Order: sequence, then structure tokens, then C-alpha cells
Amino acid sequence: MAETSTTTVGRSYGRMEGRAKVTGRADYIYNLRLPMMLHAKIHRSPISHGRIRSIDIGEAAAVPGVHMVVTGEDVKTVLPEPYYGPAFHDQPILALDKVRHFGEPVAAVLASDPHVAERAARLIAVDYEELPAVYDEVEALTSEAIVHEELKPAGTFADLKHLSGKRDTNVALDFHLRLGDADRAFADAAHVFEHTFRTQQTMHTPFEPMVAIADFGHDRVTIHSSTQGPSFVRYEVSRLLGWPESNVRVRTGHLGGGFGAKVYIKVEALALALSMLVGRPVRVAQTMEEQFYTITKHPNTFRIRSAVDADGRITGRKCEVWWNGGAYADIGPRVTQKSGFTAAGPYDIENVDIDSTALYTNRPPAGALRGFGIPQLVWAYESHTDIIARELGIDPVDFRKRNILRNGRPQAVGTIVKDGEFETVLDDTARRLGWDRPFDKGSGTKLRGRGIAIGFKASISPTTSSAIVSVNADGSVIVYCSTVDMGQGSDTAMAQIAAEVLEIPLDLIRVVNPDTDVTPYDMSTLGSRSTFHMGHAVRLAAADAKEKLVAMAEEVGMPEGTNAPLPELFVRKFGMRAGTIVGTANYKPDYAPTDPETGLSSNATPFWMIGATGAEVEVDTETGQFRIERLVNVCDVGKPINPAVVETQVSGAAVMQLGFTTTENMIIENGQLTNPSLADYKIPGFFDMPDRMENGVIDAEQHNGPFGAKGAGESGTFGVSPAIANAIEDAVGVRISELPITAEAVFRALRAKAGAPLEEE
Amino acid sequence: MSRRTISFTLNGRPVTVEIGVHQNLTEILQESFGLFGARESCGQGLCGCCTVLVDGEAVTSCLSLAAFADGAEIETVEGLGDGDALSPEQEAFIETGAFQCGYCTPGFILMTRQLLDENPDPDEDQIKHYLSGNLCRCGAYPEILQAVRLASEKRKAN
Repeated sequence: MAETSTTTVGRSYGRMEGRAKVTGRADYIYNLRLPMMLHAKIHRSPISHGRIRSIDIGEAAAVPGVHMVVTGEDVKTVLPEPYYGPAFHDQPILALDKVRHFGEPVAAVLASDPHVAERAARLIAVDYEELPAVYDEVEALTSEAIVHEELKPAGTFADLKHLSGKRDTNVALDFHLRLGDADRAFADAAHVFEHTFRTQQTMHTPFEPMVAIADFGHDRVTIHSSTQGPSFVRYEVSRLLGWPESNVRVRTGHLGGGFGAKVYIKVEALALALSMLVGRPVRVAQTMEEQFYTITKHPNTFRIRSAVDADGRITGRKCEVWWNGGAYADIGPRVTQKSGFTAAGPYDIENVDIDSTALYTNRPPAGALRGFGIPQLVWAYESHTDIIARELGIDPVDFRKRNILRNGRPQAVGTIVKDGEFETVLDDTARRLGWDRPFDKGSGTKLRGRGIAIGFKASISPTTSSAIVSVNADGSVIVYCSTVDMGQGSDTAMAQIAAEVLEIPLDLIRVVNPDTDVTPYDMSTLGSRSTFHMGHAVRLAAADAKEKLVAMAEEVGMPEGTNAPLPELFVRKFGMRAGTIVGTANYKPDYAPTDPETGLSSNATPFWMIGATGAEVEVDTETGQFRIERLVNVCDVGKPINPAVVETQVSGAAVMQLGFTTTENMIIENGQLTNPSLADYKIPGFFDMPDRMENGVIDAEQHNGPFGAKGAGESGTFGVSPAIANAIEDAVGVRISELPITAEAVFRALRAKAGAPLEEE
Repeated sequence: MSRRTISFTLNGRPVTVEIGVHQNLTEILQESFGLFGARESCGQGLCGCCTVLVDGEAVTSCLSLAAFADGAEIETVEGLGDGDALSPEQEAFIETGAFQCGYCTPGFILMTRQLLDENPDPDEDQIKHYLSGNLCRCGAYPEILQAVRLASEKRKAN
């Protein structure tokens, strides 16, 4: 990066913990064992919706080696209000009275030997009165099956308060945005288009499954957890206990993947309750299968309509999005709103209506998954936009460019776009694909096509990060922050920022793993917010430390601007190698709340994340099989702090979304999940990789970001799914409107197009 | 749950341990020897996170009963390298940035080692085939390909 004046920031370094990872010594919480620790195994509901008539624990309790069998009623003896959740206090630690989804935890068995606990957990017998269940988000609007009798918003979010006490509805939040006059735009339109798109339920499958060990003492609890948000776990545990946050300690190690599965609070609440009941450390460690019952990605249905004028300008868009949140809200209502307001796409449209609705159903809960709802929205609006271009006979890239959002123009939420290089990202993707060059469309039964798609995301706002940078007397530095490194390379990025500000080599810096007794508050590691928010906090804390060092130099009589080594400065001040200089900072960007009537905000986000994908596919018209020959992913990430790590984030995000596009699908039949294992739930492997994949970031700068940087962890997911669907239509003229795109789906569409549809299953 | 005593060679040293006959090799390595480089993730032998070498052959230790380790030579990721020096495979994974969260990394490194033992100069297709039983949820496949190629070069140079 020739134009930058930085020395450490903007250069590629390997991950700081690289050696620990290649030697098998990285400190995942899943590997932690404590003295006197008991293992918990969970008995889960086999049905989707029902009242619990009785629970018989007799046989389980009689298994030799079982320490205790615990039900929801037992939990109430230590935590009288045992409900948790970030948006709604709707999730019981163990089921009380009712179960609301298959796989819901109903009872737990504790034993020193996990095999004993597991065997005994299977011997618990529960008698249920089964209730009608609802699985589909649109049916949930009118279904007789009501998942929660009464809504219980958490009070954390002001805009959910009006839902308190609402009864007999599955609607957990309805967000509305009204910009301009969409009805008028549709009345005046030269062309009107309407399509409906759907996505499936998928799961993060972090390879280190969710795990927490709680160690409860009478006025003190420590929770070791593979969490992405130690500060939130501390908040929620202190709320459950009615304790000051200082009595609760939450710590984590490196995470074996997170992808949004480990945000807010998951297995920690159960570990807490169990440790309270037995007064010993209790480990709740999920299996891969159990993760499918814990948190998932929202399936959704999106009806999108566009009004287009005679020049190919989109004049109005109406978006109705229904989010399938499953049985417990988790952070779903935030997905509904914070991602919902981008549902009209990265286009300059003057009249927009958005209705985004979160629904309870009897599926496992849905929450955050790499993109926070954005990939589901881009799937619809970029498929829809492509269909419009093709039907109007306009080149799909040209059509997008006629309508693309540009800096200085308001996004639909009413916020003026700054440092959002939409057009450059689109142009660069098209350039890398060679869009202007002739394209070989194949022949015979092997036809080729190409497609392009672009999506964007706002940063969840307003949120706060705090950091401490301390300088030791030997000149080495420790960064204390609660950003969790789950593989995205945040420890390395934060060290680079501190090194840059303090003008010291990177290898003198250590970044401490989050521990709420030690590392200060951070909202959470989610939504690609850490580089921007924590990056600023670390930058400011390092600057604070540096200011103190300068003052100290002056105090001990060193000349201004001295380059004397730091250890000498400490010796002069303290007479020996002693003392610590501590810099601190809190960072919170500006924000303007959304208007409750119109959903509009003059400042909804501190930065925009942009990602586009171009795809080339070959489709076998005899079988529907398709091969992704080429995938090009281009993002605006501002100025990367660590370009090599950022590129792997873009690449990894695209590979993950490739799984959600082509193979991953939680299949529910007769109220049961049929494939909660990597045997039947297929995540990408070597042979699912495109023949060629290319990832790039455009030359850009986020002017209000730390050293020009912004978030990069999700942008690579945005365009993948619609780019592939668009390429398939380009190849064989059929449109897939529901994920995943399988060979069978393509084959069915080909047969339908040929006038010989296959029978439905 | 009946128990028995087995002896085997672990990373070059003879060991003896009492096991439950129902226990798998991952569990024994973790609970009896404190070696966590082989780790259970999918629990079905599909992800490769639990890979270890038994008599020089890569196996999924979560599907291997510990009892069958009796008399065998077991090598785990912790046994790679020489003292402070990393093995060429480990170095290559670091230099190419071939991991993100690192949870699957020991399995990939051991498979890479076995691949290069059998075929010092594999082409791309051979690498993909050989490593297709290991999964990486972070999607570091392009970098892993580079790492295997670099490890191959490093081994040839040694």
C-alpha cells in the first residue's frame, strides 16, 4: 500500500496465535476441564409443540454414577424467573409447562462421567399433550397454533416495549419503513414486477460446538464459555441473579468458529443454573447434533414488487419480508429491523415501502448468522432485479448501474451514503468477469451462463466498545479488549493498530483473551463491527497511553520528541524497571434513532458494507446438475488493516454462503429434523469449491474508520446466492426462486419449462 | 462399563493406561494424556478434526475404540516437529495462512503429512482427493491447497 504512511497497519501479518493453532495447543474452552467438574447431558423434546403433563426421572436418577437429574421446576428453586434472551425474555433455561420446538431442552443429568450422564438422559420419560404446530413463517401469521401465549420483550431495546403483554399472536416484531409515495410510483409506472422468493433453514455448524462451564460460589460465579459476547453474557447472568456485574466473571479462549451462533447467551444460562444447584463446576458441552436445536439462520419469505419507468429507472419498491424466527426470539427482532431497512437493495429508489415481520414458529430458534439476514434479502432483491433487467431487455449490469446508490444520495432509510463504493464494486466485479467480452454459452446439453449480484449491509448501531492499552516498564504492551477472536484475525488487527499508534514492533504486543474481570466492555463480536468499533477504541486507548508517555518524558527531563527507548523512560521515572502506563478509551459512533412512524433515520449506521459476486456456471440440461466454474467476490472493506487476513475473510464468507446456496438445508418431516449431522447436512468440502475463485477488495477508504478501515467478515456472503441463480437463468432460461439451488430444483424447472413437469413429491 | 489396561507408543514414548472399553481414542488422548490436538467435532468421522496417525495411517480417532490402540504406534499433532522447530507442514500452514479458527487444522496437517509421505509431489487434483475427508467450516480450502504445495517444496528442500 504505497500511498499509506502507516508502518504496521495496512501490511499483511500471519495470525498471532498461528503457532498455537498448528501445534494443537490453542486454548479452546471445549478443551477445558476443572477439578470436581460435573458433565451435563440434556434430555430434549421429541415433539414440536406440547404441554408437559409429567416428567419421570426415576429410572435416570437410579443409574449408578448419576449425581442429579434436573428439570425446569428444579431450576426455579434457584432462579425464580428462569427466562433469558437478548430481545425477549422468552426462553426458559429448561422447559416449563410447555415445549415449543423439537430438540428443546427439557431436563439435564449431571455426572462425573459424561457417558453415564448421556445414558441416563435417555431414560427420562416425559408425558406430553401434543398441540398443533406451525413451521412456516407465512402460515404463522394466521395459524391457530400460537407459540407464546404472551409476548415478553426484554426492555433492552426501546422499540420493542410496545409489544409487552401482547397475546395470541406469533408476530414478535413488525417493522415498517415508508419513504416517498410508493403507491403513486406504482400507479405511474411503465412496468410493474412482482416476485416471491424463499430461503431455507440452515445452521452455522461451528466446529468447536457451543460449550460453557459455570463455577458458582455463594457471591461469585465464573463462566468459561466459547462465547462471541462475554459482556452480554455477564449482563444477562447478573440480571438472572440480581447481582452486580462485578460478581460475575465471563471468560473465553480462542473460538473454534462462531459465525453468529455464539452471540448473546446460549448454553451459559443452563450451566449457571446447574452449577447453582450442585455447588460444583458444571460443563454443558453440545454435540454437533445439539447445535442444530440451539440456533439457526432464519428461513424467510420475501414478496418484492418494483415500479419501473420507461427509461429503466426503478421508481418504487414494495418489500414484504416474513422472518421465521423459530420458537424463541433470540436476536431475530433485530434482524427484522436492522437488516430489514435495506430490503429494497443498493439502489437509489425514491419511493419505498418495507414491511418486515418477525414470526414465532415451532422450529428451533433463529438468530444471527454471518450477514444478519442480509443474504436472505439479497437473494430476493438481486434475483428480482435480474429478472426485471432481462424482461426489459437491458443488460443486467447496465440496469443495475442505472439505479445504483451513489455517495451523497440517501439510502431508503433516509441516511445519506458516505464511503459506500457501490458502483466501483459492481464495475470491478464485471471487469474481473470480463463482462464486456463475448461469452461462450456452451452447446448441446452443456450450457453456460453468467450472473452478477450486489448486496449491502448497515452496521448495527449504536454500539459501544471499550479498550485498555497498558505499557509495561520494559516497553512491551498488553491490549485488553473483549473482542473475541474466532478465526477472523481480530487479535492480530488490534495488535497492529496498537503497534501503529505506539510506534513499536508488533511482536512486543500481546492481546489478552476476553475475561470480563480484566477486559472492559464490548457490545459483542458480531456484525463485522469489531474492526471499526474496537479498532477505534484500541486506537484511542493507545493514543491515550502515548500521551501519558510523552508527559512522563517531559517530567523526567527528556527533550521533546525524544526517541529514547521506553525502558529508559520508566527507569528514569521509577528508579528501576517498574510502573505501568495505562491508556483507556470508550468508542461509540454517532447515531440517530429511527422514527417510529416512518422507520427513517438521518444517521442509521456509521458505515456501509458492500459485496458483489460474479458467477459462471455450466448446466447439464439432461440432469439439472450444474458446476460453478468461476466465482468472483469483490468487496468494499475500506482500507484493510491486514490485507491477507481480509482476503481470507472474503473468501471464507463466500465459501460458507456457497453451502447455504447449494447444499445446506435443515429438512423437517413430520415435525422432526431429519438431518442434524454432517452426514446428511452437507457443508462445503474441497469438491464443492468452484473451479476458479477470485477474491478482491477495491481501493477504498472509510474516512471515519480506524486508519480508513471498516468491517469485512460478512460482505463476501452477500452476492453469492443470487449470482448463481442469475447465471443459471442465463444458461438455461429457468429461474430458481427458493434456496437451496439443487440439481433437482434445476431439473424440475427445466422440465416445467419444457411443458413436462415432474410430479411433486 | 468394563475396563482394561493397554500399552502403546504415543509420539515416540511408550505409555500404559487404563481405559473403559467403550471409550474412543480421542477421549483417551484428551482425558488421560491431556492432548487436545485431536478433537471431536462432528462425532461421526466426517470432519477430520480428530485425525491421528495409527501405525502411520491417518484415522478418525472419534470412531476408533481406544482398546484397538493396544500395541500400536500413535502420533498426534503434538508429536510433530523437533523440539522448538515446527514440521514443514506446520510451517507451511502458518506461512500460507491456511486456517482461521484453527479447530480443523491439526487434522489437515496430519493428512498433509501422510499425503506427502506417500506422494511427495501431488498435483491439485490429488491433493483435493486426499484431503476431501477433512472439512474446514471457515472455508480456508484455497489456502490449504497452497499450504500443501509449500509443504511439499519444503520437504523436498530438506
